Amino acid sequence: MFGLKSDWSVKANDRYFTLDDYAGAEPRWCTGCGDLAILASVHRVCREKQLLPEKTVSVSGIGCSSRLPHYMKTYGFHGLHGRALPVACGVKSRRPDLDVWVATGDGDCFSIGAGHWVHALRYNMDMTVLVFDNGIYGLTKKQTSPTTPEEYQTNTHPSGAVLPPLNPLTVSLGVSNISFVAQMVDWNPPLLYETIKAAHEHKGTSFVRIVQRCPVFMDVMNDEMLDDPARLLLLNHEQGIPVPDGVGKLFENQLDHDPGDLSAALGLATDLSKIPVGLLYRNPDARMYNEISSNGLDLSHEEKLAGVNEVLDKFLI
Amino acid sequence: MNDPAELIAVKQIDGVVEELQVRDSATSIGEHIVEIVSDSGEGAQKCGQTFGIVSARMGNGVWTVEIIPAEIQPPARTPDGASGIRIRLGDSLMTNMGNDANLVVAFNEQVLRSRIASNAYDEKTVVLLDNMWASDRDEKIRQQYADALLEFAEYGLEVIELPIQEECLKVVPDPRKGKNMFVLGMLAHMYSRDTEKALAEISSIFARKGEKVISTNHALFKAGYKFAYDSIDIHYEIASHSEPDKRMVVMNGNQAVGLGIMASGMELVAMYPITPATSASHFLADEFQRVGGFVHQAEDEIAAAGFSIGASYAGKTACTITSGPGIALKTEMIGLASMAEIPLVIIDVQRGGPSTGLPTKVEQSDLLATLFGAPGDSPKIIMAAATISDCFHFVILARKLAESFRTPVILLSDANLATGVQPFERPEVNDDWFSSPIDQSEWDKKVSAYDWDEETGLSARPIPGMRGGEYVVTGLAHNRYAKIAYDATTNQAGCSMRSRKLAAMVQTLEPPKVHGDPEGDLLIVGWGSTLGTIEEAVGVARENGHKVSSVHLRFLSPFEPGLREICSRFKQVMTVELNYSDDIDSPYITDESRRYSQLAQLLRAHTLLDIDCWSTVSGNPLQPGKISRVIIDRAIQIEGEN
Repeated sequence: MFGLKSDWSVKANDRYFTLDDYAGAEPRWCTGCGDLAILASVHRVCREKQLLPEKTVSVSGIGCSSRLPHYMKTYGFHGLHGRALPVACGVKSRRPDLDVWVATGDGDCFSIGAGHWVHALRYNMDMTVLVFDNGIYGLTKKQTSPTTPEEYQTNTHPSGAVLPPLNPLTVSLGVSNISFVAQMVDWNPPLLYETIKAAHEHKGTSFVRIVQRCPVFMDVMNDEMLDDPARLLLLNHEQGIPVPDGVGKLFENQLDHDPGDLSAALGLATDLSKIPVGLLYRNPDARMYNEISSNGLDLSHEEKLAGVNEVLDKFLI
Repeated sequence: MNDPAELIAVKQIDGVVEELQVRDSATSIGEHIVEIVSDSGEGAQKCGQTFGIVSARMGNGVWTVEIIPAEIQPPARTPDGASGIRIRLGDSLMTNMGNDANLVVAFNEQVLRSRIASNAYDEKTVVLLDNMWASDRDEKIRQQYADALLEFAEYGLEVIELPIQEECLKVVPDPRKGKNMFVLGMLAHMYSRDTEKALAEISSIFARKGEKVISTNHALFKAGYKFAYDSIDIHYEIASHSEPDKRMVVMNGNQAVGLGIMASGMELVAMYPITPATSASHFLADEFQRVGGFVHQAEDEIAAAGFSIGASYAGKTACTITSGPGIALKTEMIGLASMAEIPLVIIDVQRGGPSTGLPTKVEQSDLLATLFGAPGDSPKIIMAAATISDCFHFVILARKLAESFRTPVILLSDANLATGVQPFERPEVNDDWFSSPIDQSEWDKKVSAYDWDEETGLSARPIPGMRGGEYVVTGLAHNRYAKIAYDATTNQAGCSMRSRKLAAMVQTLEPPKVHGDPEGDLLIVGWGSTLGTIEEAVGVARENGHKVSSVHLRFLSPFEPGLREICSRFKQVMTVELNYSDDIDSPYITDESRRYSQLAQLLRAHTLLDIDCWSTVSGNPLQPGKISRVIIDRAIQIEGEN
């Protein structure tokens, strides 16, 4: 730019954020952990959308996944095991101006926080929920999680997990007022980025189950998929997740799936022979609870004073 | 239909108005305790609440307490199903439920049995009993009725049988819905109540149900009024006591909590249904929108706490309302708020425990659970409301303290306050109590997220939206930069900074005032809803010449200053509480093995004095007669040792 200062050209934007502006502490996840790919995609979406760091809040529970807020240079809330969603909903309830993200895991969301998971989906508050599902408890060292494959040996089930795994997709799709359900794998960065971007753009609770590698404690679940790409089924649709040029070629199984079709989505979720990746369901018209919970934010002190006095006067003797 | 002229018109039609003036010589009384008991669903409580409100509006001192069965539809005509209300009214301030009832209206004889078993009556109690059961088609019921009457006579009760059902049938086809307003009419005449105020109150109760329902209930009221005038030879009047220049409001403790929340500037209440706390949220669900507030009914108690913490973290200090079992579930969240220094108001309307315990009955059993429930050291502020007026004002104080000290504040109320109705001076709401718009100015990056002042432990708090203040809240051990740190010094420093805030707060408190002389033989220490009973009982003991005083604690964590000094001026100190303690005379109980009541445990540790306790978990509010006997017995014992 002929000697002009590099930031001169972006002055018009007032503030321009680079990836570094969203990167917090150095991630302490293990080498080869799928979480790193998810974090990189989140940073990219933040930059793409030029989110104001001070208006962005990432909320998490406890577990490997839930370290994410520390790796963001935004506001963050690293709370209690299983309780990310109620806190996130509370943040959004009276602060509709904040951009709320939730990072949670299969133990955090599907086990100890399962009650909140179902209800938060039904509240459908405007937020992006990313479930880092590696099918195992990592931080506490290899205990069975709700999504651990049957017969997989863990420290709590040394002879192998005794029950079939919970299916996060059928459960989520079964919740009334559900508005966005997508599934993705961590090892396809372009698609992961597009999925998280679409989730963030959606108005309402975007639930993204990300099948994620844990190189230390879980091999079978992901190796099987990595070794046999035919197990994955790419969902295509003009209303779905945009598939970048060249990426689609990696998938030998593809399906044109209308994300407005809940029955078809449930069919895909139930069929365990294939792992659907992409957008299973989206309903842009679902009721958003944050529009209800934020009622009355604009009341003046005079109006409030009049309101309290009116009610107090009802009790006058 | 509110026109008193209409009631008078009814009397004129019946040609009784002039006669009323002549025959109407009411006996003047200082105070009376009235109970109305029925099967659940017959509306005794509504009747008594209205009677209490009308009395309060007439300037009487009033205290009401509900008699609530734990089930929604317990079997009819059973002692366990007794549902009702007690109203103590008088010509002075009423601060508690009093002792034995003077007059009882009972819809059937069986519900009286549970009240007799609760020692609510004595031989001076007059019972007005619906006589419909004497002629019931079922022989068994007729027999039960006859047996009960014999039993009551043996007990010494004066029972007056009245054809209440029969009279109601003249007005409505099904008196099960409506008998309560007939009884209200009866009581209105018997206690010379202002009929205009009563009719207006009935109109307001049934406002949502339409004119037809209002006029039916007015008709029942008038019929009851005339029936009492014609057929009941009981007629009292009670002088007014309230100062004419003071504007008074009358409400129960949960309504006061709700109004306190509205006036406090908090805009969000997250809750899960639990008895006896929920009626505060019912009230708010009706009224909160007038101050732009919102009630979130969460999926569970934990989520209710989490939701509130989320809103508080984002700059809108929120409140969660619950009772004992809910406190147990919220404990981890409260610990997080303490650790992460997030302002939060938790209101605990205590009930009987342990476990599910006595959902509709009163106890003060959550003190230690709220103080010590969370793992690790999690200091917090705990306050206890002692009056209905406290229920209002303490919520406002709670938010201020929560924000100033960046900490959770627990406000303890209880089932007695929740349903107790007492008039108090109408608060003048100050718009300084409302929260200012959230600060969204730029944060000074040189200031850390926990910029602890070494002396006070206090720190300013960045709110999402403040540019440059971005930080991550964590429940893990963290340093002043909100960074996770597991090293030896960090957790020590964090814990001491959070604890120091309480020490700093004590500096802002005054020593509690002693009721009675500042020194003497016996000091009674209480907290919460027992204030009125304890002070009345201490008054009785003092009138009898005993050197007894009392002190009532409003702050339980941290304690108000000067307690050791106050206690030291008495030969003995004893707490009176509604929670469990071992009776010193029970098997294996020695000074060493005895488990003390909750405040006594804390005070013993706090003052290093040998503080005794008297406590009960009967589920009932304390009665001044019982407590004065306890106090006098103890005082005599001390005097004997002198």
